[in-house]
Amino acid sequence: MRLTDLSDMELYFHLVRLQAEYVQCIDDDRLETWPDFFTDPCVYRIVPRENSDRGLPLAALSCDSRGMLVDRVVSLRHANIYGVHYYRHLTGELRVLARDAESVSVQSHYAVFQTRGDGTTSIYQTGKYLDRVVVDQGALRYREKLAVFDTYRIDSLLVRPI
Amino acid sequence: MHAKTRPDIASETGCHVPYRVFTERAFYDREQALIFRGEHWNFVGLEAELPNPGDYKTTAIGDTPVIVMRDEEGGINVVVNRCAHRGALVCRELRGNRATLECVYHQWSYDLKGRLLGVPFRRGIRGQGGMPADFDPRAHGLERLRVETLGGTIFASFSPSVPPLREYLGPMVVESLLRIFNRPVRVLGDLRQFMHGNWKAYAENIRDPYHGSLLHLFHATFGLYRSSQQGGVRMDAHRRHSMLWASSASNDAERDGAVYQGIRTMNSRFALQDPSLLESCREFPDDITLVILAVFPNVLIQQISNTLAVRQIVTYGPDQFELVWTEFGYADDDETMQRIRLKQSNLIGPAGTISMEDAEAVEIVQRGVNRSGDAVSYIAMGGGHAEESAHLVTEAPIIGFWEYYRDLVGFELPEPA
Repeated sequence: MRLTDLSDMELYFHLVRLQAEYVQCIDDDRLETWPDFFTDPCVYRIVPRENSDRGLPLAALSCDSRGMLVDRVVSLRHANIYGVHYYRHLTGELRVLARDAESVSVQSHYAVFQTRGDGTTSIYQTGKYLDRVVVDQGALRYREKLAVFDTYRIDSLLVRPI
Repeated sequence: MHAKTRPDIASETGCHVPYRVFTERAFYDREQALIFRGEHWNFVGLEAELPNPGDYKTTAIGDTPVIVMRDEEGGINVVVNRCAHRGALVCRELRGNRATLECVYHQWSYDLKGRLLGVPFRRGIRGQGGMPADFDPRAHGLERLRVETLGGTIFASFSPSVPPLREYLGPMVVESLLRIFNRPVRVLGDLRQFMHGNWKAYAENIRDPYHGSLLHLFHATFGLYRSSQQGGVRMDAHRRHSMLWASSASNDAERDGAVYQGIRTMNSRFALQDPSLLESCREFPDDITLVILAVFPNVLIQQISNTLAVRQIVTYGPDQFELVWTEFGYADDDETMQRIRLKQSNLIGPAGTISMEDAEAVEIVQRGVNRSGDAVSYIAMGGGHAEESAHLVTEAPIIGFWEYYRDLVGFELPEPA
């Protein structure tokens, strides 16, 4: 696949499908395959809106290689201690901001519901994705994925990717 | 009454704390009066957050809302965020810049020191209404707190009689604080972590070197735990502040390499795919790579490798508080240094691979102590006394915290009013 072969409508279809596969990979707890959605190197950051709005660089989580994403998953599987919980992502309003021969910039929004071990579900995080998508090894992958979250008060802790 | 309900820390080994201090509203209310609004200095921010005249931020001391702001002369003022008219918040934003503070409700306005500047319709309209003739604006300013700064950190106190900040902190804290705040800092950002637990469970956590290698398994899992690490705990004269320190002794590369290699082989099934996470840079003249400086009552100042941060505790009730992490570097950091700090910050904060589980620890305590009656904890690792040590197998700073708390707040449930 080459980006230049895709019409705007075809590209949009592929981007929507990529997003669906991405969030369902997380929500279905198939995190071992989650790093495959990214190029290597890549940029993946979860940034509180209050820092983003001020132009401050601090993120809650910031990775710049696929290796770091793998390490994150190994850590949450084998090292980190946290309460059992599930995520459910709802995403929408995907919008292409710009495209050229190399990459396409996309903005969309998301809400992540969290269900805890006691069965309660709450809105854990809402925010927007700012993605730069490229064709890498025959598939669309995220060269950059920023999750800028409005819910800047993190409830307890953040262990799973957004 | 059963002996267990009257724990006497001083007369026995170890420390018994009634779990009800974590759950009963009466303790929480007494803490607001005696601790946060009492004879103590509370951390409220960094001067680097307010570089210009008119810059302000809103925060809280315990659960009392306050405004921290820089005035035209460059001074820092802290006032209660409560209009002198009807009690509304004067500042509703997290931060900003203003020449004056104006309450939106009736537009009473204040200067950057909290003095009342003006009241709409003070003289009435066409001779009707208006404030009483004896209305004196000077008597209706915002409630001002005492303010002192140290190395760019800002502290405020409700108490007219608390000793000056340096005296309150004591030499150990002053020295440790100024070791980190040795030159101007640059704020990298904030992270806010809301925990469903009592703030004192976190006060215990940050005075507890015992749990470090047991709860936080990131380093051990990836074979990064260094048995060559030396450390210890220090306290102030009142045992209310403490400092945990450790050194990874990374300047002895040969010995460290041998130990590190052995541990990795023996204990670890995993290796980091991208070890750049742990790239670090020696930046202090000593070899200390970990400092957890707990300043009573509401702040922790940390150096974990090259991550520098203050963590401010804001209370919301007996079973909820927020931890505000403000991470920073130095104003003279170059690009490489900033990159190292930002990469390492994956280790800390609410999503940090070596710190996130403190929230889980606080919350399982809170759920465990529910309806605990007269039950008490038993805290005795390291010998059971609030003594400094040159090792980390101790809970001494926690005992120091509780002894101070017991003398100040007490462990007896207050009688209903």
